[in-house]
Amino acid sequence: MQKLDSKIPEGPLAEKWSRYKARLRLVSPANKKKIEIIVVGTGLAGSGAASALGELGYNVKVFCFQDSPRRAHSVAAQGGINAAKNYRNDNDSVYRLFHDMVKGGDYRARESNVYRAAEVSNDVIDHFTALGVPFARDYGGSLDTRSFGGVQVSRTFYAKGQTGQQCLYGTYSSLNRQIAKGTVKMFPRRDMLDVVIVDGKARGIITRNLLTGELERHSAHAVVLATGGYGTVFYLSTLGLGSNASAAWSAYRKGALFANPSFIQIHPTSIPVLNEYQCKLTLMSESLRNDGRVWVPKEQGDKRHPTEIPEEERDYYLERRYPAFGNLVPRDVASRAAKERCDAGYGVGDTGLSVYLDFKDAIEKQGKKAIRDKYGNLFEMYEKITGINPYNQPMRIYPAGHYTMGGLWVDYNLMTTIPGLYAIGESNFSDHGANRLGASSLMQCCGDGYFILPNTISAYLADDIRTGTIPTDNSAFEEAEKAVEDRIKRIMSVGGKETASSFHKRLGKIMWDHCGMRRDAEGLMKGVEMLKELEEEFWENICVPGSTDDLNHELEKALKVADFFEVGRLMCEDALQREESCGAHFREEHQTETGEAKRNDTDFAYVAAWEFQGAKTEPKLHKEPLRFKYVELKERSYK
Amino acid sequence: MNFILKIWRQKNAQTKGSFKTYLLKDVSPEMSFLEMLDYLNKQIIGNGGEPVTFEHDCREGICGSCGLYINGRPHGPMRNTTTCELHMREFNDGDSIVIEPWRARAFPVIKDLVVDRSSFERIMHAGGFISVNTGSAPESNSNPVSKTIADKAFDAATCIGCGACVAACKNSSAMLYAAAKIAQYAMIPQGKVEAKERVDKMVKQMDAEGFGFCSNTYSCEFDCPKGISVDFIALMNREFFSSKVCKQKQT
Amino acid sequence: MKKSVINLSSISQKYVMALAGIFLMLFLIFHLATNLLMLAGDGGKAFGAAVEFLTGNPAIKLMEYVLFAGFLIHILLGVLLEWHNYRARPVKYHKSMRSETSTFSRFMIHTGIIILIFLIIHFMNFFFVRLGLVAIPEEPGIVVRDEHDFFSMAVIWFKNPLYSAIYIVSFVFLAFHLKHAFQSAFQSLGLNHTKYTPAIKVIGTIYAIAISVGFAIIPIYFYFFYVP
Repeated sequence: MQKLDSKIPEGPLAEKWSRYKARLRLVSPANKKKIEIIVVGTGLAGSGAASALGELGYNVKVFCFQDSPRRAHSVAAQGGINAAKNYRNDNDSVYRLFHDMVKGGDYRARESNVYRAAEVSNDVIDHFTALGVPFARDYGGSLDTRSFGGVQVSRTFYAKGQTGQQCLYGTYSSLNRQIAKGTVKMFPRRDMLDVVIVDGKARGIITRNLLTGELERHSAHAVVLATGGYGTVFYLSTLGLGSNASAAWSAYRKGALFANPSFIQIHPTSIPVLNEYQCKLTLMSESLRNDGRVWVPKEQGDKRHPTEIPEEERDYYLERRYPAFGNLVPRDVASRAAKERCDAGYGVGDTGLSVYLDFKDAIEKQGKKAIRDKYGNLFEMYEKITGINPYNQPMRIYPAGHYTMGGLWVDYNLMTTIPGLYAIGESNFSDHGANRLGASSLMQCCGDGYFILPNTISAYLADDIRTGTIPTDNSAFEEAEKAVEDRIKRIMSVGGKETASSFHKRLGKIMWDHCGMRRDAEGLMKGVEMLKELEEEFWENICVPGSTDDLNHELEKALKVADFFEVGRLMCEDALQREESCGAHFREEHQTETGEAKRNDTDFAYVAAWEFQGAKTEPKLHKEPLRFKYVELKERSYK
Repeated sequence: MNFILKIWRQKNAQTKGSFKTYLLKDVSPEMSFLEMLDYLNKQIIGNGGEPVTFEHDCREGICGSCGLYINGRPHGPMRNTTTCELHMREFNDGDSIVIEPWRARAFPVIKDLVVDRSSFERIMHAGGFISVNTGSAPESNSNPVSKTIADKAFDAATCIGCGACVAACKNSSAMLYAAAKIAQYAMIPQGKVEAKERVDKMVKQMDAEGFGFCSNTYSCEFDCPKGISVDFIALMNREFFSSKVCKQKQT
Repeated sequence: MKKSVINLSSISQKYVMALAGIFLMLFLIFHLATNLLMLAGDGGKAFGAAVEFLTGNPAIKLMEYVLFAGFLIHILLGVLLEWHNYRARPVKYHKSMRSETSTFSRFMIHTGIIILIFLIIHFMNFFFVRLGLVAIPEEPGIVVRDEHDFFSMAVIWFKNPLYSAIYIVSFVFLAFHLKHAFQSAFQSLGLNHTKYTPAIKVIGTIYAIAISVGFAIIPIYFYFFYVP
């Protein structure tokens, strides 16, 4: 049995990180040159980490599946990035940011990690400014902020609706600088298919060159995964179509524990499904709820045009249920409320699976121009996709899978349970508990990549200064490569009739129906069974055209979908064991009389970390108890 | 809706490609252009063929992966729109649509509609950054930047690196791409320090990649899905001139 | 294909092209001003005096060589640019490009070549005559005093309808060329401004039309109205 040691340092919360950092072992500049590090993924976390490690003098190898690191899905983040700068003099502080995150995560995150993320947030903003990231500024020339996601201070830095893009291009530029210097070597168009363990330590990866189909062995003294979340398990999500769980999953299969897999955020405001062949849902920024009012008709199945439904026949259900916060309730609450209305038959649109987000009142009060200034680009985007002008009639929105709070279990050093294997950014589980607040994912990714990992990794690498280059001709690499090769052969040889996308779509439907916004034991158990059946069918009927030795998107997709069956099962298992409702995880069995989430801190204030036991055996659950010394556990109420 | 699709098929960089015509029926006007291709691929696979390979990822117009030359226009007939944001309702029933990859010596075709844009990467490696080490940044507000300048720098920085500017240009020039990055950094105080070396190196690399030379036709601006202005090219030219005239020899 | 044939970066080449172009545009104003003297109605006296002054002035003589260099550089770079750009897209598009940008800008090499052909004819008829390379034209009823009597030569040529037509058509193409060239030169030199660039574009159009109309009036005048 693996023992979970979170390695949280002693001492008062505010001093933990600085004290710990001061005592970490170092690798001298001369020795850094002898050490190689692999970073997988080039989003904010990955390219940040790679460039910071390169600057320190390590030899870094970076991998991404796209043709360029700039295309990682961090690019699509819209809203902003939080930091405790207190530029507004609104009494913000590191402690307040920490407190908001712990509370927003419904008390299922580790205090020490969250505090550290809040602590380094200011450095992240300074660094991005120095890198030339064009954050919004006010007329005096200093950085502007806005409020976000229902917190009471204005701490979100932004670059119009493209903050993720601009931050990613910042990390991309620092990565380019290191590539030019030769400290970082870039390997684009590579899928990581396995992690290689030599003598109990992560020492390399097996990748597939997507252009030639060649399987490659890459060795290093440590491996860092920055491979993002697994939200595409729902098939329809706000993620990029290439986003996948395979890299993290290969680590799980090699013994890294996977934590809180069922914590997956469903974003309330995305454009609903418009056609059968849709494979992607586009997000409409949360900021729209500042001025838009959410409603459905009071009568079931009302098919009238929205502008023809008079005021008294509209049900502004968020304002009705949550008078204190109204349309600005947190994401998990808003999403569930929309689902509740649609399930009860009040949904609008052809499918009945959407609700209205109406700007009529805001336009009447503030004028069209004011609304255009604030949301112009989002309105245009909506019109481009739907062909409907939201100035004249309400938008239709529906929740969509978005962000995974769960991920690989890591200790305070961001190391997984496999020595030398690190997980940063969305791919780990550490900072967001059961629900993430808006604009804090960019903050965490950049903190992990630029400021935390480069420090903690040296303590591990200090033992490796005499190791020398890791050879790739040993049995561990051979076996890993062989296993990958066999898997590819197997998938190619099925010769069935159904495409990977089609299986993925069916898988997504199972997950959405049984392990989505509302879950119950019966549904979850049924989901597990259905997943097993579908997986069997997959291996009998998957069709992968083309060959293995050139660019073959269908093969790439099939390999990713094959992993998602297991991811889905583990999500269901995790949701089953957590007999409470917290954050994004809502169990029908555990709700108040008014239908709100009912948390159980006595029995479930822990991180559920799962250990792989073999393909046919049930995974083993480990529990890391969460202790809260600096925040008081309270019920989240938005009434 | 029904369409006649004429699509460039090419097995790999070594083999010669050719156009293949497909008749696609029952397309929903709500489909995006790429969903229409997904739909086509499903049928091709069903008939035992090899699907059309095209690049895509985010499908919301921000990652810059997708890029198809549709009926004589990069990203199709709509302005300020990427291929993935283009919807079939913009076409007429029965239209015939010609789909080609980006064409440029610096963007060799990899397969079907996928091209190799690593030349863009190398331009960035040459100088698309501000040399600042992690941890050495001063406090953000110690260096005020006027809102006008910051907004302009943002406009330049919205380039998604899709390559439509090269595809649109009759000369296959990458000036708009290089200029967007050079201008972004040249305008703000943080980037001014090494502006002269940057423009020099990036232009040198751009030329070495075999892109064509700019002749100010401005089709790049017209077809840029992010509407990046050719004013930035003028700014780059100015920067380049001052780098040649005022550059100090490195010691 | 690493570099262009001559060892200049893309932007340096733009600068040289633009500077040569601006020089040529200034020359056009000067040339037009001189030519318009032919319309003075004094039997070419004022024009003749101007020609005499110009051919006799050593500074102008020197400028002639500079002008030649300007033409050569502009033409040479234009051709090299076209060749380089042609090679930058080895496989052409099946469906021709549809971007709705200024048509003139896309045909600079074509209008340029037409102007070059005209220039050669022009040289044969006037400049080479002066150098004694081509015989002085003869026409009954018109006396060409010597190889510097451009006025009389012009009268002879412009009485020829074909020549006049070619002359006028060439200037239409020159207008197309200049329409793009004027503002393009400013763009190449990096002289753009949110406030002034729109004005530059308008001035460019006016300039292009004025130059072409100015030159085109002369053959019309001689063909239809001039009585020797």
